[in-house]
Amino acid sequence: MTPPTHEPVQVVKERRDRALNALVEGVPYIGFLGIRFDRKGDELTAVMPFSPMLIGNPMLQALHGGATASFLEVTAIIGLGWSILWENIESGAIDAIAITPQNMPRLPKTIDITVDYLRAGLPRDSYARARVNRSGRRYASVHVEAWQDNRARPIAQATGHFLMPSGD
Amino acid sequence: MDKTDANRFIETLAFAEALAMRVDVIDDGRAMISMPYDARFIGDPRNGVIHGGAVSALMDTCCGAAVMSRADGTGATATLDLRIDYMRPAHPGSRITAEAICYHTTRTVAFVRATATDGDTQTPVASAHGAFTFARKEPAA
Repeated sequence: MTPPTHEPVQVVKERRDRALNALVEGVPYIGFLGIRFDRKGDELTAVMPFSPMLIGNPMLQALHGGATASFLEVTAIIGLGWSILWENIESGAIDAIAITPQNMPRLPKTIDITVDYLRAGLPRDSYARARVNRSGRRYASVHVEAWQDNRARPIAQATGHFLMPSGD
Repeated sequence: MDKTDANRFIETLAFAEALAMRVDVIDDGRAMISMPYDARFIGDPRNGVIHGGAVSALMDTCCGAAVMSRADGTGATATLDLRIDYMRPAHPGSRITAEAICYHTTRTVAFVRATATDGDTQTPVASAHGAFTFARKEPAA
């Protein structure tokens, strides 16, 4: 019996990381906020390092609600966009090595988003993860949670509906 | 709080300042705040449309300002929740203006609604609806 042949791990990682980078680097606002994405397999964790620019309340030194809302929305869109892209690169429908920010697949568009503020955001790094609860041909529903020091004590959560990109 | 005080206040909010927000009107439960078009705020590089998150930040700031400007409140507030509906993409290059009205308060909660327009048509870019913390000013004994 011949053992199964697998692609070298570095080749697999490079393909996935390139696709993710193309998705993230194409969006100027993500760079403006300093958000980056850590990938473990298909799971993404968004990281928004603390910066004084993100402060809303100078007395409390709390993150601006708008910064938190932006972080959640960015995480939801990239999380959903990545779940679509993942299937396409793993199936070979899209050649990950050829993807650049200029020709990357279109991102989903926000229809609505409801942000729920649970605790004041401290002047620390923030993390967020999105969960795609439903992804259809036209619409998707995504839930996203953000936390800082303690995963079990989220600072905010959001649910949003998104229009899926049409195949162009 | 008059417009100059309000602008000074916005300047202390680093994130509102980073997004170059400007207070246009602020008056007892009503606020109008605008944000210029800036390439750094783009969400879709293919058409130059501003990211929804930047519009959310403008809406949140404007709603909060409307609550703070209530003559019967203490001037302190925090967002409990905020829902934003995106009706259409903002026109690339246009300034976005949010207008918020704090239409009801209880002793502890303020209810706010807002719309954002880009001056192009009568159809808003987005609308928002939210609840904020509120503390009523105690009448002098």
